Amino acid sequence: MSNHTEIRWHGRGGQGAKTAALLLADVAFQTGKYVQGFPEYGPERMGAPITAYNRISDTVIRVHSNIYDPQYVVVVDESLLETVDVTSGLKEDGAILINTERPKEEIIPHLKGYKGKVYTIDAKKVSLASIGRYFPNTPLLAAIVKVAKIMDEETFLKEMRASFHHKFASKPEVIEGNMKALEMALKEVQ
Amino acid sequence: MAKRDRLSGNEAVAIALRQINPDVFPAFPITPSTEIPQYFASFAADGLVDTEFIPVESEHSSMSAAIGASAAGARSLTATSSCGLAYMWEELYIAASNRLPLALALVNRALSGPININCDHSDSMGARDAGWIQVYAENNQEAYDNMVQAYRISEHKDVRLPIMICQDGFITSHAVENIELLEDSDVKNFVGEYEPENYLLNPECPMAVGPYSVTDYYMEAKRNQAEGMKHVPQVVLDVAKEFQAISGREYGLFESYRMEDAKRAVVMIGSAAGTAKDAIDRLREQGEKVGLIKIRLFRPFPAEEIAEALKNVEAVAIMDRAEGYTNHGGPLGADVMAALFRAKSTAHAINIVYGLGGRDVRVEDMEKVFADLKQIIDDNDAGETYRYMGIRE
Amino acid sequence: MATDISKLGLKTKWQDLTGGMIVAGAGTSRDFNTGEWSDNKPQFIEDKCKQCLLCVPVCPDSSIPVKDGKRGEFDYEHCKGCGICVKACPFGAITMEGVK
Repeated sequence: MSNHTEIRWHGRGGQGAKTAALLLADVAFQTGKYVQGFPEYGPERMGAPITAYNRISDTVIRVHSNIYDPQYVVVVDESLLETVDVTSGLKEDGAILINTERPKEEIIPHLKGYKGKVYTIDAKKVSLASIGRYFPNTPLLAAIVKVAKIMDEETFLKEMRASFHHKFASKPEVIEGNMKALEMALKEVQ
Repeated sequence: MAKRDRLSGNEAVAIALRQINPDVFPAFPITPSTEIPQYFASFAADGLVDTEFIPVESEHSSMSAAIGASAAGARSLTATSSCGLAYMWEELYIAASNRLPLALALVNRALSGPININCDHSDSMGARDAGWIQVYAENNQEAYDNMVQAYRISEHKDVRLPIMICQDGFITSHAVENIELLEDSDVKNFVGEYEPENYLLNPECPMAVGPYSVTDYYMEAKRNQAEGMKHVPQVVLDVAKEFQAISGREYGLFESYRMEDAKRAVVMIGSAAGTAKDAIDRLREQGEKVGLIKIRLFRPFPAEEIAEALKNVEAVAIMDRAEGYTNHGGPLGADVMAALFRAKSTAHAINIVYGLGGRDVRVEDMEKVFADLKQIIDDNDAGETYRYMGIRE
Repeated sequence: MATDISKLGLKTKWQDLTGGMIVAGAGTSRDFNTGEWSDNKPQFIEDKCKQCLLCVPVCPDSSIPVKDGKRGEFDYEHCKGCGICVKACPFGAITMEGVK
């Protein structure tokens, strides 16, 4: 990983794109990095397109603008490919990660000629098989950690387990499902 | 031992408040400040603080209750944003004129309308003449540090004025960033106990607060109040020095960034100053002599000190994240220009309105401001002194 | 610390006012002769008075002194002549006629 990574998340209100960005900031922080994780709100409504951002750096982060030329883009909801210019500014030596059940070949034509790497994951399949409900952000978090090489898988899983123990202190029964979602996602992303 | 953490600005302020352990916290929710009382309510419910947390039915009430509690002798505060601040307008003046040292955690958000939830400074700028001390932050660390220092400034016997601790809505309030937290015991010792000389719940010496002042007294009362403000800058500096001793972090009335030989400068408030620093570093690498004054203490306004910091500058852009509707710029522009005039400055000065309603500020935007200042120096003409940045036209 | 109200007056400079105009200490209204604010005063007719003391608690200015269980003459230094005591008296022992 380079010493300054910028990631942009595209999702819809209620899908957890903001939470995923904050969780990514959390785990990257655990590796000793400087981090930023923040949302950009449009209308505060379920289903409205929202954007969230991450900066992960070896040096202090002072800039407080949104991210226009990210190395990585995560698309939480593939229906956004039709309405939002998700590859805008995306670096060619970076990558885009898309949550879809369709094969990669069917997605690429929708990316406005983006020449960088394209990764996909069926977060719905992973989420239903592990958590039992559709929470796309957990599988996508694991997938982007792998794609952007933010940390090695073992450290990531260890940090996330600690984080889930904190986050789900009042409902520990969901921890294993979420851990399984992460493990599956690390294998499923392609 | 400082603790390294990563927190949103709201969470950081809430943690500072947990460490301060105030007596009374009445609150009413409004985006983007809601998380502060939300986090704090958990602390209260979990028994981590001794605070009386009072959910009220409006901001008019939250500030009224904070005032009543403060007059009673309690250390009190509330939190709000935007229209919430507007709804406490009447009480803001009462808190200040009664010389009550309470705090307000303000998360800056545009005032309606058009209705908008994102950051600008129109809310606190509108309250700039209310008699409150106003302190602003660039990032989460500063929001936390300013909150820890708030009561030491506000409760100082020569000051006894309410204090507004401001941070940028969403940009810092909802962004997770790295932060260094102080130990609980260090904050407790630093802030100390609140021991007012007079207070309503003192059975030994009951007190009348907020009496009617006829014309014969009103003006003397206001002048007396202004004297409290005059003591603020020195107290801010003294408290900052003590704070540095426990934190290692340095604070002043404002921050001068790479100003030592700067010929061009921007003066601004809040989170966009961080973005400006990145622009300045880029330009400095190209040998350009550019710098930044970032205001920390806006009320009272350190006019002489700012004019002094700008004395060798040939052109300056004063950036306002609020409209003033004066037809010639915003409130920071007016204050800085007045300071320059009194210091007989010959620098070219322009006032730029930017970032309203959350309009993003990029490093490139700030580079463009410095390029415009270069043009002004080359032309020896400031041209239009009232400009908008980042607007479609 | 109680406020020295003798130092507050029309000639007081801003430097000598209390911060926030607070008045610390109880009973400071005694020092102000607010009785002069009215030209209408109640008159106490002792002969008709049964010392029932109904008039005492209704007086907004505490201007009916009580000693050894008996009310005395009005405190005209602080009575503003509102007449509430006249209405309260069942025996016609207070009138607003024959004002002093």
